[in-house]
Amino acid sequence: MTAISVRSISKSYQISEKSPGIKAALMHMFVRKTKNILAVNKLDFDIEEGEIVGFIGSNGAGKTTTLKMLCGLIHPSSGSINVAGHIPVLRQNSFLNKITLVMGQKQQLIWDLPPLDSLRVNAAVYGLSNREAKKRIEELSTMLELGNELYRPVRKLSLGQRMKSELLAALLHRPSILFLDEPTLGLDINSQIRVRKFLVEYNKKFGATILLTSHYMGDITSLCKRVLLINEGKLFHDGMLLELTEKLSPYRCVNIELTSPIPREQFIQLGNIVKYDQNLIELLIPRSELTNSLTTLLNNFPIKDLEVKDPPIEKLIGNLLEKGQINL
Amino acid sequence: MSRINLMSKNIKRFLRISFALFSSQYSLMIEYRAEIALWAISGMLPLIMLGIWRESGISLALSLNKDWLTRYFISAFIVRQFTAVWVMVSFEEDNLEGRLSPYLLQPIMPFWRYFFSHIAEQFSRIPIVLIMLLLVFISMPGAFWFPDFGHLMISIFAIFSAFCVRFLLHWLFSMICFWTDRASALERLLLIPYLFLSGLVAPLEAFPDSIKTFALFTPFPYILSFPSRLLAGQEINIIKNFLILFLWGLVLILLGHYFWKLGLKRYSGMGA
Repeated sequence: MTAISVRSISKSYQISEKSPGIKAALMHMFVRKTKNILAVNKLDFDIEEGEIVGFIGSNGAGKTTTLKMLCGLIHPSSGSINVAGHIPVLRQNSFLNKITLVMGQKQQLIWDLPPLDSLRVNAAVYGLSNREAKKRIEELSTMLELGNELYRPVRKLSLGQRMKSELLAALLHRPSILFLDEPTLGLDINSQIRVRKFLVEYNKKFGATILLTSHYMGDITSLCKRVLLINEGKLFHDGMLLELTEKLSPYRCVNIELTSPIPREQFIQLGNIVKYDQNLIELLIPRSELTNSLTTLLNNFPIKDLEVKDPPIEKLIGNLLEKGQINL
Repeated sequence: MSRINLMSKNIKRFLRISFALFSSQYSLMIEYRAEIALWAISGMLPLIMLGIWRESGISLALSLNKDWLTRYFISAFIVRQFTAVWVMVSFEEDNLEGRLSPYLLQPIMPFWRYFFSHIAEQFSRIPIVLIMLLLVFISMPGAFWFPDFGHLMISIFAIFSAFCVRFLLHWLFSMICFWTDRASALERLLLIPYLFLSGLVAPLEAFPDSIKTFALFTPFPYILSFPSRLLAGQEINIIKNFLILFLWGLVLILLGHYFWKLGLKRYSGMGA
């Protein structure tokens, strides 16, 4: 069953622009130059119940704007959204009870009080009885490996402990749809792993649908089979992570070990030479020419060992996010 | 489920949320008790005005009795303490820093968070106000009075109603954040009519007739002068003043609701 359905949504903002300097500031006071920014451009996708989908793209690609539209915080300029059978912008209580939005860089816990104070408020807001709230807090804190931290003021907690407490607060009402915006931002590797483990467990236990944005490719590769790649507001890829690798890299990586050295020139016609070190050679061969090239290699070269693999997805998407654009 | 059962369930839920919001905000305020004391002291303007009015000859020229003035300004001090509102500043901060977004995603109007934060702050300043009153009465023993129970209760109700109307007025102006991102400058602007038309710096009796008539068409005298005179035990038309206060409350609720709905359509989720 479809949990999230998005049809041709777009979002444009009007922003004012100002050049630096006092003269420009004076001008800006009286005359504002405005510009329309198309943050999201005709996105279309569906997410099934229980799916964990990675939502990736470079900074400013439109990920957070899309998440804000999906949870009903902002109105789309055009198009339609259906989340758990609701139109998000109406923000009916029945809808708000089903969703949560966790933003890695923002917090909902009261800074100067222990997380338990905020949890008590959340329990009352979501209409949980004291007994039910206590049971859920125990259950989630066990899954998140939280203990006495819940009794300490939030400001005294480490970033990892704070993030786990934020997750607990955001999931106390047991939402079936989770929008996670950089949930592991700034966490050390151990905390990242713990948060990922928790999300997998929560997804399995409650059948929750998760849409996750992250710049840490570890989050995407370990949690999501399917990814949505967005670039300049447009959907570039919607499918399996493996398919994305093929799309981003029309090459395969071939590692060769020779029994005796062969001159470098003889490999040029087979593909791009990434590494040439006596008997060890690494080639990038276009997928369309892979069979022919391998046949040539095996028939004409003294091969001791040969390995064919895809370039690592982390590296491919990492490069993509770093460059901020997609070049095919 | 019958309508009565549903209503009773909703009331119970609201009371539970109110208590949870109040207790968490009260705990938070207690963390900052020194700051609360400073805020309470900063609300001393009516006591300063009392000193000025008692020692000046204007009160005699206006046939205003010194005891009458003393009670009025001490009452105004109490009313001011419990009708302090800073929702425009908080709302602006939350809007700019992205804290409004998680509030909007919970099944309760963010209005109540700000409202109970104010109520909690007022509770936390009770001991400080009592100490300040004690000092005032020690320095002016003749000024001491204590209203009878019925009078006290109705005065407390008037102060609470005045606070609600002032809160609703500021809440309405907070909505400007949806259009301009900032609203705190408007709070300063709102302070001017509040200071001069509410009876804070001078009782309405001291105003020229035209200004007094104008002031009575604004909500400000009902926010301060009315509850102060009621608490001071001075002659005032209680029913008429309560009715006008409630009418203002109703108008502000309707306007606040309208601009909230309109503003949300413009909300950009800034900083979040």
